[in-house]
Amino acid sequence: MNEKRTPYISVENVSKVFGGYAALNDVSLEIHQGEVLCLLGDNGAGKSTLIKVLAGFHQPTSGIIRIEGREQPISSPRDAAALGISTVHQFGGTFPLMALERSFFVGMEPTKRWGPFKVFDRKKAGEIVVREMQAMGITRITDGGRLVGSLSGGERQVSAIARAVFFGAKVLVLDEPTAALGVKESAHVLRIIMQAKNRGLAVVLVTHNVTHAMTVGDHFAVLIHGMKADDFAKGERTRAEITDLMAGGEAMAELEAELAELSGAGKPSTSD
Amino acid sequence: MLDLKSMTRRPEFAAFVGTLFVFIFFAYFGWPTFVTSLVIAGWLNVAAELGLIALPVALVMIAGHLDLSVGSLLAAGAMTYAIITGYFGLPDIIGLPAGLAVGTFFGFLNGLIVTKTKLSSFIVTLSMLFGLRGLVFGVTRLTTSTVLVSVEVSEMVRSTFGGRIYKTFENAIVLWVIMAIVVSWILYKTIYGNWIFALGGDETAARAAGVPTDRVTIWLFMGSGFGAALLGVTQVALFGSAQVSAGQSYVFYSIIAVVVGGVLLTGGYGSPVGVIFGTMTFAIVSQGIYSTGWDSDWASLILGLLLLVAVLSNNTFRRLALSATDKAETPKAKPKPNQAPSEFTVTKEATNE
Ligand SMILES: Nc1ncnc2c1ncn2[C@@H]1O[C@H](COP(=O)(O)OP(=O)(O)OP(=O)(O)O)[C@@H](O)[C@H]1O
Ligand SMILES: [Mg+2]
Repeated sequence: MNEKRTPYISVENVSKVFGGYAALNDVSLEIHQGEVLCLLGDNGAGKSTLIKVLAGFHQPTSGIIRIEGREQPISSPRDAAALGISTVHQFGGTFPLMALERSFFVGMEPTKRWGPFKVFDRKKAGEIVVREMQAMGITRITDGGRLVGSLSGGERQVSAIARAVFFGAKVLVLDEPTAALGVKESAHVLRIIMQAKNRGLAVVLVTHNVTHAMTVGDHFAVLIHGMKADDFAKGERTRAEITDLMAGGEAMAELEAELAELSGAGKPSTSD
Repeated sequence: MLDLKSMTRRPEFAAFVGTLFVFIFFAYFGWPTFVTSLVIAGWLNVAAELGLIALPVALVMIAGHLDLSVGSLLAAGAMTYAIITGYFGLPDIIGLPAGLAVGTFFGFLNGLIVTKTKLSSFIVTLSMLFGLRGLVFGVTRLTTSTVLVSVEVSEMVRSTFGGRIYKTFENAIVLWVIMAIVVSWILYKTIYGNWIFALGGDETAARAAGVPTDRVTIWLFMGSGFGAALLGVTQVALFGSAQVSAGQSYVFYSIIAVVVGGVLLTGGYGSPVGVIFGTMTFAIVSQGIYSTGWDSDWASLILGLLLLVAVLSNNTFRRLALSATDKAETPKAKPKPNQAPSEFTVTKEATNE
């Protein structure tokens, strides 16, 4: 592995304290272009907090962020966008009651001249959104006027990713993009993540699903109680080891034994 | 081909049905008085006046806010105009713009307080409604020692803001048409329209997408302040006097017109065309009642019921609009219990600290 090249983003000793509780505690990470970094960890481990730091929603309590080696605070979502960091929250960035062609372009509307006025070019917006969605394999969408809320969870997720890619994101940050999706739709989203990576984007993926993580991940970081517990490249850990780590370091086998015991003890009392 | 199904999914469709219904209703029970030009002018005048407030208020509501202060904004605009011209004797050319500016300024204040304090616009504008009413009363009494100020309206203002066409149709109808064109233009044709929908849909996501949400909110409150003051000065120009208690009823009238016009109370959805129908429905009911020979109290009952039906049908239409248009759907997404759908709520709290 050539760890010599400069990462696009380096997170250095970042902590984030919420009223005395350290949601992030001295976390350091490197995010490289053309790689998928999977952020793993139990509920409340601090994954979303880390993502919000990258998205400009939170300022770190301590520690710094570097972009291509230079120290660079990310002080607002606008800042993050300017640096090419595009975050897709669960169902976020889309507006259920807006037409897809409107939602896709919020904040970045294409315009055309109309006499002395500059107007929103809805026709162009519709064409682009249909083309981009088709390119991402969502061929069912042929009309940009469809309301976002009428799309399936996967289609919405894809539209949010398509938006980020279309507007030239260099870093794609995805918080549990497959959490609410069925098998087929998850597979589709994962395929699009691979596409983005192959185009040279850096991808940060938060997921609870070990299979999904192992399918697309190049590098993995595990957070436990706001601290980085482990950090490894593809192939350096077995599936069982990763699962253990995600359960907060507690051996999954122990947990399973415990569960078996509980359900075994519970049976006699419910049988009559 | 006329696509009936997609037409019924448009936000203004239910509003149109409502207007048609009350029109036929009163044409039937109020026949033949209801179709005389005097009665038509009666409800058109009411609609035009209300429309000047309802249209900008609709934008505020599509953006997910409420403006309950329009009653006092109207009085403030009207009184400013009346005191400057009627009491101090300055020309209309100073008094009228000053009235508009005062309404717009207090609208600006609404927006500023809402965006800076993150309090709900319901409370902020309710405070403004009462606070500003007190201020208007106090200032008017202190300067003029009355609560009613008469104005000698100049010919120029009478022929534009005040006055009537053929002695029946108020010039306010022309202002209403202009207001409707401007508001529709903003919402449909400009990029700001997209920002307004996004703001009402999900403020945090809109901000994340780069929409200057605070600035848009402030502009929208300035718009409803301007609309209220515009009606204020128009009424002064029409009746030749201003009263401190004027306009309070428009607080609820405007909300009724907007909601009956198909705008969702939660924001993010609605159309100016729908609001025009909603405004007409309100006006037809409140004026049409006089041509039936019934007691006018019944109008309130009808309006109350209409409002309830409108809210119910708005929800139904929203569901219809959201239902996928094609039947062949892949397996439905199952929400996972431990995922975090409240992601944005957390963010919101966090950004407030
Ligand atoms: N704005 C906030 N104010 C206070 N505490 C917060 C805030 N945001 C997050 N936290 C706390 O920080 C911890 C980490 O939260 P975070 O959302 O980052 O977890 P997560 O790893 O994304 O979990 P999940 O897998 O459930 O999404 C939690 O204990 C949470 O309660
Ligand atoms: Mg999370």
